[in-house]
Amino acid sequence: MQVLPSIGMVAIGGSAGSLPVLVQLLNSLHQPLKWPVVIILHRLKNVQSELHNLLSAKIPITEPVDKEPVESRVYLAPQNYHLLIEEDRTFSLDYSEPLHFSRPSIDVSFFSAAAIYRRHALGILLSGANKDGAAGIQRIISHGGTGIVQQPDTALFSNMPQAALDLSPQVQAMTIDGITGYLNQLR
Amino acid sequence: MVEEISNRELSDIVQLVRTRYGYDFTDYAPASLKRRFVRFIGHVRLNSVRELLTRLENDPVFFRRMTQFITVNVTEMFRDPPFYRDMRELVLPRLASYPIIKIWHAGCATGEEVFSMVILLQEAGLLERCRIYATDLNAANLEKAGQAIIPLRYMKEYTQNYILAGGLQDFSNYYTARYDHAIISPALRKNIIFFQHNLVTDQVFNEFHLVCCRNVFIYFNRRLQDRVIGLFRESLAPLGYLALGLKESMMFTEERRHFEEVSDSSKIYRRKL
Repeated sequence: MQVLPSIGMVAIGGSAGSLPVLVQLLNSLHQPLKWPVVIILHRLKNVQSELHNLLSAKIPITEPVDKEPVESRVYLAPQNYHLLIEEDRTFSLDYSEPLHFSRPSIDVSFFSAAAIYRRHALGILLSGANKDGAAGIQRIISHGGTGIVQQPDTALFSNMPQAALDLSPQVQAMTIDGITGYLNQLR
Repeated sequence: MVEEISNRELSDIVQLVRTRYGYDFTDYAPASLKRRFVRFIGHVRLNSVRELLTRLENDPVFFRRMTQFITVNVTEMFRDPPFYRDMRELVLPRLASYPIIKIWHAGCATGEEVFSMVILLQEAGLLERCRIYATDLNAANLEKAGQAIIPLRYMKEYTQNYILAGGLQDFSNYYTARYDHAIISPALRKNIIFFQHNLVTDQVFNEFHLVCCRNVFIYFNRRLQDRVIGLFRESLAPLGYLALGLKESMMFTEERRHFEEVSDSSKIYRRKL
């Protein structure tokens, strides 16, 4: 039987086609959460946040402000910033150039989660049409953390999860039900 | 390839830069500062932090190049349109009561936010009475800001931002297009003074009715944020306004008791009497 990691942060990246599965995933998580969940979605610039699109989720979701302490709740990376984590477990924002044409970039946040949470970091990559997040998952795994992707043939856009699988063989591919089942066992 | 920088390596770089060049990055937020150094090391194709330190030790030109690279100079006109809408509706009508209106843009990068502000002031009929001090750490930024030349390909997005911010004029009246560039109209810029000022080491230099410092604080740690908000408080006239970036909150600083909130969503504050 597989030994389950102890988790410090769950970071979820998604792009095209990820919103419906993300809502499904969040709605299935057992409450109260035992760890922070940080969502990095590729979003349109200067368009009102799609936070309200996620409100069909039963769980409250907030966009962190700079220096906000990381708690066991669900956060959405604000549009137009990269989201980083500091060693004192506070959020830090960065308005430098986009990566993979994206800001927030999934890689940037995954690198940061890997550096801070090491083997207690868990990265999940959902549907998407580019390869942002693949290097991030690889970094999380190389620091002893866990990497999961939405099984590409179940994703609306398979490029993003497939890119992570191509880069790191240790990545586990799961269905959305598989991912929520896995998360709900974790402490 | 360098993927990550340890705390020890970061402190080695910061200390060398401070003692050799007098630039103090000590109280910058470590996560993004490390990220900038990692990107710079990749950009100049060095193989280790040790190589970076050696270059920095011996090459002032290389140091200037690094400063230019690691200080974030990304900026836009009318970024966050709702902010400009709030400025127009909540702040400018109050500023109108002063015979001379003094405004400080701290960390103005290449000037795009300053140009946006002067357009607002022009439309509010206040520009003639304004003195706008725009400062940045980075001399190369200021030189660019003084030229006010913006690639034409950005103007479409800036025009959309302007309209979303409640702008009612023809945006193209504010610039002259030349080949692939736009030049912001000199008449709009005549009351702007650009000069170098380092928020970390320099002091209060005037009294202002409005200080704009958007998306600069995110690069500072809390201690430095507190210090710089203190500097702004001392630079503000009583009831003067302070505008921060949309995700920069006063919530976590000691200074918040000296300010009242004007708009939470736009992070506009007002110094108490």
